[in-house]
Amino acid sequence: MPSLRETLARTRNSILGRIQTVLGQADISDETWDDLESLLLQSDIGAPTTEKLLTNLRKRAASEGIVKASALRGVLRSELVALLGPKATPVHDAKLLLEVIMVVGVNGSGKTTSIAKLCHLYLKHGRKIVLAAADTFRAAAIDQLQIWGERSGVPVIAGAPNSDPGAVVYDAVQASFNRKADLLIVDTAGRLHTKHNLMQELKKLRNVLSRSVHDAPHQTLLVIDAANGQNAINQAKGFAEAVGVTGVILTKLDGTPKGGVTFAIVNELGIPIRYIGTGEKMTDLQEFDPEAFVANLFDEKE
Amino acid sequence: MFENLSDKLQAVFDRLNKRGILNEQDVDVALREVRLALLEADVNFKVVKEFLARVKLRAIGAEVHKSLTPGQAVVKIVHEELLTTLGEPGKLDLGGPAPHVIMLVGLQGSGKTTTAAKLALRLRNSGMRPILVAADTYRPAAILQLEQLGKQLNIPVHAEGNKIPPPQICQNAVSHAVQGAYDVVILDTAGRLQIDETMMAEVEKIKAVTKPQEVLLVADAMTGQEAVNIADAFNKRLGLTGLILTKVDGDARGGAAISMRAVTGVPIKFMGEGEKPDAFEPFYPDRLAGRILGMGDMLSLIEKAQVNYDEAEAAKTAEKLMSAKFDLDDFLGQIRQIKKMGPLNEVMAMIPGLNKLSKELTPDMTDKQLKRVEAIISSMTMHERHNPDVLNASRKRRVAKGSGTSVQEINQIVVQFRQTQKMMKQMSTNPRMRGLGGMFGKR
Repeated sequence: MPSLRETLARTRNSILGRIQTVLGQADISDETWDDLESLLLQSDIGAPTTEKLLTNLRKRAASEGIVKASALRGVLRSELVALLGPKATPVHDAKLLLEVIMVVGVNGSGKTTSIAKLCHLYLKHGRKIVLAAADTFRAAAIDQLQIWGERSGVPVIAGAPNSDPGAVVYDAVQASFNRKADLLIVDTAGRLHTKHNLMQELKKLRNVLSRSVHDAPHQTLLVIDAANGQNAINQAKGFAEAVGVTGVILTKLDGTPKGGVTFAIVNELGIPIRYIGTGEKMTDLQEFDPEAFVANLFDEKE
Repeated sequence: MFENLSDKLQAVFDRLNKRGILNEQDVDVALREVRLALLEADVNFKVVKEFLARVKLRAIGAEVHKSLTPGQAVVKIVHEELLTTLGEPGKLDLGGPAPHVIMLVGLQGSGKTTTAAKLALRLRNSGMRPILVAADTYRPAAILQLEQLGKQLNIPVHAEGNKIPPPQICQNAVSHAVQGAYDVVILDTAGRLQIDETMMAEVEKIKAVTKPQEVLLVADAMTGQEAVNIADAFNKRLGLTGLILTKVDGDARGGAAISMRAVTGVPIKFMGEGEKPDAFEPFYPDRLAGRILGMGDMLSLIEKAQVNYDEAEAAKTAEKLMSAKFDLDDFLGQIRQIKKMGPLNEVMAMIPGLNKLSKELTPDMTDKQLKRVEAIISSMTMHERHNPDVLNASRKRRVAKGSGTSVQEINQIVVQFRQTQKMMKQMSTNPRMRGLGGMFGKR
């Protein structure tokens, strides 16, 4: 498994690797702030969050009497950690007969692959899993999930293509009870958060789950492509309003030398990042750790 | 979602002295707003910088036309520069002897397979014989996905399973196309990261053995600052001939398109606007420019209205309006027409000036109101709908019960309806206004 540091190495090289050079040895000047701003904006942090960060940095520089530009690096680092907040670790309630995780997101964000990885992770924790193939719309989406299911030996409950995803979810709940599974992961069809009807359909799926299992879905994970820019915030907003998002899976972080969207989502919407996807293999999913995430971004050595 | 840049700039200029000529100071203040708007739209930071330098050069000293406010003048210059940057819509180059090979490349999840099917359908509809090639042997069920799409659209798919190397498959497909007299070969390659050496070498090999006429980068409209690196890497390795922007039907501003266009210099050829195979359009620079600047999307709205508005129904309504026979039943018909166009706040978001209001309305609020009106009218008898005057207290109570509303709400609707009717009557008796009937009936 590539370490988080390896994964983020490119991030460091491209943005924060430059921060030292950019800040240099000089005293803080107007140019310092402009340079910092451009670095932050270039990492998809977005204008509002960047502005907030810079305001905080200026305040701290003034109150802590920071003169050297290079000293801002440490301050920025701690501000970024503060933005992400504490690590979000939902504890699995062992009393739950059946835990339900619903996975949602826009088209092509990597839902199905992330589910395969989630399966792998939870199987290691000794969970008994059932998968629901509720993407009945996209061609061969069911087959894609079934292939992953076969690879990890997890049963996949599916209906016919273009059938009602609500029915699939209902069947999957029954199947989970019959098989005495303790975790049901629901793969939903990709949809843009602006499509009213499709979001209504998602609400319906959620209702089917909550009616069949107490308090379900216990987790609603939104999958976001880390290469996305500011629209990721709209996505998070849209899905959170429709079905309530408990956490984010940030995917394709292996090739994206940026994770800036993370800060904006947490800062503006208060939705925690739960996992990061770092490759195409089943093992390429890690729990998101804000401290480690930022620490790695700022590590000076390779 | 869409903030109106013109409004923002206007606010900036209101604070400054109004002058006939834009000076450097005014322009700088204005351009700061433009800069933010572009960054919010995900235009790459460096691209923004160069772009603003060009705008500034043009804007300083520019005479503000009498009919324009300084804010509008700046927006006009920005819009024009944006159009220049976006360039002319690109056409597919399908000259020379067939078969023409089109290679689609891009990151994972950018929409290559869906785009391949859409492109094939479009070419078939223009009288060509396309064949699709399943060259993604990595993603589970990718081949199956293309095969299913091909079956659905009745377009042949060349697939050889996932054991044979993709360059070999593609080469075989081209020979097959020659024998089968297909004119276009569309290669659906696997998604790959631009920094994945092995995978980039593979796609280079595919290019070498198939000699494609078109190498199109399929890119997600939601892509952020990374867009330049992606486009640059693919372009350097493969020599792109065009871009296809996907998922444009969402609310992404699509600034990535500018970044990619600026860094590669190749034209944007198509936009994917939905999940259905026919949701595929040639690229319209003006539409995207307006969207990036947050100036609403009137054109899209007009088209949406055209697609969903039932012409016969509209003509009937127009006739009734003019003859002053417009009744509550027709009113109901109107409401249903509007509902077909989508959630009201989305429709409003596309209208400049109304987009601010639309943000304050949740989809539930507006659509709920429409639904209530619909419920109320539906709870009336036909007789009541044609003659609202018969609605006495008892009837109103019944309607209120039937629609789950209150008598007050029913009164409101009746009053609103009467006003509309009165207006229509005046219009129809005024001969000069008769022409307006065309607004409702014809386009």
